[in-house]
Amino acid sequence: MTITSYCIIRNQQVLTPNETLSLTQPSFDDFLTALYDRLQPNYPRFYKMDNQSKLGFLAAEILLKEYSIQSYKPETVSVVLSNANASLDTDIRFEASTQTVASPSLFVYTLANIVMGEICIRHSIKGENAFFVAPEFNARLMTSYSHQVLNQNKTEVCLAGWVDVLGGQHNVFLYLVENRERGLALPHTATELEKLYRQ
Amino acid sequence: MKTVWVVGDSMISPLGETTAANYQNVRAGKSGITKVELTELPFYASTIANLQATTTNTRFENLVLQAAQPIVIQTTLPPDKTLFILSTTKGNIELLKSEPIIGLHPRLALHAAASHVAQQLGLKNSLVVSNACISGVLALITAKRLLQNGEYDHALVVGADVLSPFIVSGFQCLQAMSSEPCKPFDKDRSGINLGEGAAALLLTTTPESFPTSHKIKLTGFGLSNDANHISGPSRTGEELASAIAQAFTQAKLTTEQIDVISGHGTATLFNDEMEAKALTLAGLNQTPLTGLKGYFGHTLGAAGVIETIMAMQGMLQNETVDTKGYTAHGVSVPLNITQGVKSQSQKRILKTASGFGGCNAALILEQE
Repeated sequence: MTITSYCIIRNQQVLTPNETLSLTQPSFDDFLTALYDRLQPNYPRFYKMDNQSKLGFLAAEILLKEYSIQSYKPETVSVVLSNANASLDTDIRFEASTQTVASPSLFVYTLANIVMGEICIRHSIKGENAFFVAPEFNARLMTSYSHQVLNQNKTEVCLAGWVDVLGGQHNVFLYLVENRERGLALPHTATELEKLYRQ
Repeated sequence: MKTVWVVGDSMISPLGETTAANYQNVRAGKSGITKVELTELPFYASTIANLQATTTNTRFENLVLQAAQPIVIQTTLPPDKTLFILSTTKGNIELLKSEPIIGLHPRLALHAAASHVAQQLGLKNSLVVSNACISGVLALITAKRLLQNGEYDHALVVGADVLSPFIVSGFQCLQAMSSEPCKPFDKDRSGINLGEGAAALLLTTTPESFPTSHKIKLTGFGLSNDANHISGPSRTGEELASAIAQAFTQAKLTTEQIDVISGHGTATLFNDEMEAKALTLAGLNQTPLTGLKGYFGHTLGAAGVIETIMAMQGMLQNETVDTKGYTAHGVSVPLNITQGVKSQSQKRILKTASGFGGCNAALILEQE
């Protein structure tokens, strides 16, 4: 069981084991669009998403482009995510909409786990889902829980990490843990995860 | 792998402030659902009238405390070896008042609300599970996993959600709310009723420290995603069926060995149909199936825990209760939906749940 790759997005900068990409834009919304345009996933559904789903979607695009999970059966891929602010960024927007006409298209994004749903739809992932809310990225919890996910039931690969958005603040750390060895092949321990997250 | 036992439970809803009071009222066919005329559009919901905010706590936090305190008072939970897990979808969302981000109340953050409550319970380690309507079942699964990893010996799992204008206007704009008391699996079902409630389960790997009159353990579980739609369920039910199948494999059980199913049964057209198909695919369409939303409404993050506790009561009393609101079969495949209170000996129950984001969960509880 090893960590095979990762993708970090913070301060309008993308960081993977192979590259660092800065796409500085006047606003976070502009940054999301600029990154989408650069990746060209040709996925119009992106424009319907809230910012948290957009951010998680883009990080997953980058991570899974290089480390494809297509050889895995859909039910053997699991997703374990966490953040500090649940869906608060969109909660605020939905609450504002209720002052005039409450928006159903915003309301469906007012749950923390919807970003996982979007990633699952995009990559045909049908394995386990779990979403935790914690004050900060908790490497110990993530290793402990993902370890069990990979040891029980059908999971062969776990897409895990942190996807947090509030206003212009954004912080993503997505990584892959697999039962087979490829890529970074780092030991799946809290210390290694913490090191990757803190870089 | 260590066995995880259920050694305590407690719950609050409009039907009562103890597990026993709630179960008695369910048995008697009483419902917490009434017509609520707080907003321009009246709606049906299950609300707790005497629940108030205090100077230290919000309504939501007081509800969580009321559910957890009876367990904490009756037991000794070492803070270093106990994890407090809060299952909620919206927590303190009523504190959100369209303010700029700078003015946000700190306990709008779910983890902050959880640690605020944990502290009052004398516990120091807390975690929030927020995974739409499977939150409660997932919180129990998470507790089982983290206890089996050995870091903690005990987990106090509390599921809770309260009604707020935010949630009500959300479900109203989705047109998901029924204009009458909900009718799970019925041909005239027309949507959900929201509900307020909280429920607590104490789980442990050292049951000898907690004398109970029963021996109930969490055995198999399964989780899955539909990968289909963020606010509508799977068309086929295959993914919930897959979660159920994983639970059976893990518990080393066959479908005939399950005595009763406590379903999700939200009373929306699509959810109940999906569940019916999933249970058929899983080979469980003959097994007695109970839906409890007609008593408590849909209590969101509390639902999985409330419904697990009620199913456990049924198992301990060896009886099934009425699926309130169900009279005429309304899904495309036959199911064995419970009607009236009937005695039935039970050793194993299955709890299922599904939610927005395409998530599904299944959990088996067994009595020794």
